[in-house]
Amino acid sequence: MTDNYLDLVNTPLPGKIAKALGLPRPSVLRRYTPGEPIAAKPVLVTGSGAGAEALADVLLGWDVEVRRHVLPGEKLSAAVVVLDRAASPEDLAGPLLELGQAARVLVPGGRVVAVFRSAADTTDPAVAAARQGIDGAIRSVARELRGGATANGIVLRAGATTTDATTLGALRFFLSGRSAYVDGQFLEVSGTPAEGVAGLAAATAAVGEGVPDQPLAGRTAVVTGAARGIGAKIAETLARDGARVVAVDVPAAGEQLAQVANRVGGTALQIDITAPDAAARILEHVGGRYGTLDIVVHNAGITRDKLLANMDASRWDAVIAVNIASQLRMNEQFLASPVFSTTGRIISLASTSGIAGNRGQSNYAASKAGVIGMVRAQAASFDGAGRTINAVAPGFIETDMTAKIPPLTRQVARRLSSLQQGGLPVDVAEAIAFLASDAAAGVNGQVLRVCGQNLVGA
Amino acid sequence: MADQAGASNAPIPARTAVVIGGNRIPFARSGGAYAYSSNKDMLIAALDGLVARFGLQGERIGEVAAGAVLKHSRDFNLTREVVLGSALSPETPAYDLQQACATGLETVVGLSNKIKLGQIESGIAGGVDSASDAPIAVSEGLRRVLLDLSRARTTQQKIKALATLRPKDLSPNAPTTGEPRTGLSMGEHQALTTAAWEITREAQDELAYRSHSNLAAAYDRGFFSDLMTPYRGLTKDANLRADTSLEKLATLKPVFGKGLDAPATMTAGNSTPLTDGAAVVLLGSEEYARSNNLPMLATIVDAEAAAVDFVTGEEGLLMAPVHAMPRLLQRNGLTFEDFDFFEIHEAFAGTVLSSLAAWEDADYCKRVLGLDGALGSIDRAKLNVNGSSLAAGHPFAATGGRIVASLAKTLSEKGGRGLISVCAAGGQGVVAILEAR
Repeated sequence: MTDNYLDLVNTPLPGKIAKALGLPRPSVLRRYTPGEPIAAKPVLVTGSGAGAEALADVLLGWDVEVRRHVLPGEKLSAAVVVLDRAASPEDLAGPLLELGQAARVLVPGGRVVAVFRSAADTTDPAVAAARQGIDGAIRSVARELRGGATANGIVLRAGATTTDATTLGALRFFLSGRSAYVDGQFLEVSGTPAEGVAGLAAATAAVGEGVPDQPLAGRTAVVTGAARGIGAKIAETLARDGARVVAVDVPAAGEQLAQVANRVGGTALQIDITAPDAAARILEHVGGRYGTLDIVVHNAGITRDKLLANMDASRWDAVIAVNIASQLRMNEQFLASPVFSTTGRIISLASTSGIAGNRGQSNYAASKAGVIGMVRAQAASFDGAGRTINAVAPGFIETDMTAKIPPLTRQVARRLSSLQQGGLPVDVAEAIAFLASDAAAGVNGQVLRVCGQNLVGA
Repeated sequence: MADQAGASNAPIPARTAVVIGGNRIPFARSGGAYAYSSNKDMLIAALDGLVARFGLQGERIGEVAAGAVLKHSRDFNLTREVVLGSALSPETPAYDLQQACATGLETVVGLSNKIKLGQIESGIAGGVDSASDAPIAVSEGLRRVLLDLSRARTTQQKIKALATLRPKDLSPNAPTTGEPRTGLSMGEHQALTTAAWEITREAQDELAYRSHSNLAAAYDRGFFSDLMTPYRGLTKDANLRADTSLEKLATLKPVFGKGLDAPATMTAGNSTPLTDGAAVVLLGSEEYARSNNLPMLATIVDAEAAAVDFVTGEEGLLMAPVHAMPRLLQRNGLTFEDFDFFEIHEAFAGTVLSSLAAWEDADYCKRVLGLDGALGSIDRAKLNVNGSSLAAGHPFAATGGRIVASLAKTLSEKGGRGLISVCAAGGQGVVAILEAR
């Protein structure tokens, strides 16, 4: 699905007309290409204290030109606001006003990343006010930025520091083109995960040396619903990052599934994930061919929209069966199997409908909110065990499904986001690839929205 | 196992060739979902589905062998062209093979022999046929005129060549299933055999009914989920009538053998329809399967081909497997009792039933096959347990690949030994033994 308006306003004359009329002017987003530099221009690190200093040093180690203040006439690729020591709302003014100056000179596709501590980890009202205040300010900055620039935050949970591998992994994600359509979002990172987390040392090394082009090399990933749309793009993206992909979809979608598998050099597995033996067949296939299952992406999902007043049992049941019941059943079997890696990753597709609800989607929202509930509860059971489970909640993504929305509604839905456009399947896939990587070893039980900070589901 | 049989004339022990898996596209009725698909399109689809199932992208396979019965002259190198159009390495060699309806099975036999000899480690065997996209040739008269014309140098010679053209020469030659030496269609030939063995209409309809119900049940339990890849919107064999009944089959009018003295018994229900489709099978040595972590569904033990003199009427056109069977069993020191599954290709229900009757007939087995008595009878409960050609359809060269992959999977699930019998035009037939791992 192409966004003709976006293409149009990115040509000279229509662009000027749109500006003169005050119409939305969405930018072509900066998306990831393997080997891209972390920052082509200098990066501002604002904020004071040891945490800020240490982070600035890490960036220098990544061969990034670091500025501690905005220099006149100089463009910036990104601004990193380190507020890990904020103790009262008064502490915010300095770094945030500096950020305001940086926003004026941010390049198109620039990045703002705030690093601060979680308000949930303090009982001091002033400290909590400061921390929660940063959340509000960054969300607002995200709405103010133009030119495809985004603002996001890394929330340090108790014990985490500004230079933990997981903090740096999240920072790399937000600075890179991988997070193109992630805007106004906050990722919580725990401190150094418990002992025995294989791959964390590698992750730290990888972060230090610059992320390799194939962060998922040697991993085996199962992607459900991989025959088309977002699922096919997830398969491609994980394969690009080095993973061996097992593409799963219902037998009826086998023709497209085979094409996806052949495109990514993976294998096609035709199964109905609602079948009781679905997980067993996945484990048998992966165990037999590759030995270990490292990554599971629960992407398969269906919609059967009706107002609840007109809903019948078959519509309701089908959505619940595919979108959440199958995941619960399969996860249970994966987690009980020796084939599933001790550092295994599960990433589930939620939806902004599951966060904010959506008219005509009570069944779908129940299933997707259910995914969020499942992820949080399961994550608690993983705590420190080396495995992680997270959800990605896409907003308006340009797919065959959203192409069926009436044209005017579709145009409005696109422009309601801070980036004034719909996302692409690859934007969802990049978030999933990040959560599957070692860089996200300390991200667990999170729901990462890939929605361009859409007003819907806010 | 052949090399454990103890028979003095057992084959020389060699390496083992195994069936790793298979893939086919659902079979379509002629003029249906694949009406505008060529043999090349369909075989690429079947091959790419296999590549996707086993992750063979970019791999150099030892050899790919396949064929088509109805083949355009431009497709002289069909299989190699298909390999080039597939996700396999372009360095994969390929050859075409043609043995009428036994084409598919014979490619399995040929490649498994190469594997056993150590000439190749892996192979893909298969076949394809389109009755929809069949070649249509110009008449023999027109062809001669055109060739003479191309050789003519002067205007006078050209006029002379054209002058020999007759209006009847302008009608094209469509392919038929008629035997060149008898002019009879395959159905009319089988009608002779069916009548000779006094096979009843009821018995034929019963076999057809079981074919449909067995195939439908196989679909219901997901048997084909790793044997088939949908194509052009078709997800199941179009010919399958899951809801058919003996009563419905009994209402169909006979289509073959109407000119015989015996009552005509062969209908569209108990004869295979013209079908489009493709099937392939991945074969390998045990070493190949192990080193690539691939499954081993079954061992390809042995095979035997036979041909009969149908032109004089000495034997029925499709009875060659009846002759091949005792030779294969003797060589391997086996009897029907030693088998758990039988896959007898259902060209017509009458073909299967005539074969069974022949093997049970002591007089025939002594007189014609030179045996001491009846070869034996086959437990119907072990016959075509996942359906066969009457239900699935029969794209000629694709049938062998369908049968081998389905039987190999059945053996991997249930264990035991399986016997395949495929009849072919020209009075030929091939039989083969597969064994569970």
